[in-house]
Amino acid sequence: MTLSPPEIERYARHLVLREIGGPGQARLKAARVLIVGAGGLGSPLLQYLAAAGVGAIGLIDDDVVSLSNLQRQVIHGTGDIGEPKTTSVARALARLNPHVRFEPHATRLMGANARELVRSYDIIADGSDNFDTRYAVSDACFYEKRPLVTAALGVFDGSLTTIRAHERRPDGTRNPTYRCLFPVPPPPGTVPACAEAGVLGALAGVLGSLMAIEVVREIVGFGEGLVGRLLMIDARSMRFETLTYDWDEHNPLNGVNGEEWGVRSEK
Amino acid sequence: MKLSYFAWVRERIGKAEEEIELPPDVATIKDLLVWLKGRGEEYAHAFEQAEVVRAAIDRRHVRPDASIAGAREIAFFPPMTGG
Repeated sequence: MTLSPPEIERYARHLVLREIGGPGQARLKAARVLIVGAGGLGSPLLQYLAAAGVGAIGLIDDDVVSLSNLQRQVIHGTGDIGEPKTTSVARALARLNPHVRFEPHATRLMGANARELVRSYDIIADGSDNFDTRYAVSDACFYEKRPLVTAALGVFDGSLTTIRAHERRPDGTRNPTYRCLFPVPPPPGTVPACAEAGVLGALAGVLGSLMAIEVVREIVGFGEGLVGRLLMIDARSMRFETLTYDWDEHNPLNGVNGEEWGVRSEK
Repeated sequence: MKLSYFAWVRERIGKAEEEIELPPDVATIKDLLVWLKGRGEEYAHAFEQAEVVRAAIDRRHVRPDASIAGAREIAFFPPMTGG
């Protein structure tokens, strides 16, 4: 995929990087990325991926912009209140970078449509705000063999990891699935949601930007990503810790009993 | 042994980490969770759904039945859902 002169100027700071360069920028232009949720995480993620020249960006969000979103969802503005988030994001991305094709999906990703939505993209980034969606996304990525960058926020905390469950490590062992780390969704009401507990606004910016780095890395291929590693950020005392995790033979997706579970979930 | 707590587990307990002497009958992560729950209301609250909270020994994720023998540091981290 060739770049036009305005694109070459626009992406100059990426093009000079040995790790990205012309071939990496062409990969970004050819890439199709699906983003789940235009909230606190999705806002900077959408902005940086659009600015980086990702060719096609899909967004799943069925919400409208509300005043209490604006403390952290920086892609939306005061004038967007009451508008569907997909409409607000369409305007923001068009302003940022006309070379990006934006594909809005004003719907909720659920079991029924998850695999179809995921299938038409190369890589998925999940910044949703509930466990039902998180598990639906990660299961769909597993079955459709798509890489997944997934992050979540607490009040002062964030977590981030990258899943490539359809591939193996150089030593032949499987890469872990999301369910190797968190096997089943917590019972409703046990984990505080942002709406009740609050969240530090700029923390969403940190995690959403880190998601963008992971997505760009997965597309271009440089350095070492977060496959098999969970980054935990504690903004209360600025602890950044990385934990490793492995494929779990008891995981419900492709563990010892996984095949049966998988067949059930297809129905 | 050093214990460290993340996200809402830390918020509920009220501290990020602590050094602790464990009784000899605490052999696994599961045992440790049961023992911690008995240390006070804030611990009981943090680990009321203990199966939801994940653990890492020396920064490596482990299952609840994992032995804690020889561990220098055990971290507890729960799933988060905010976006």
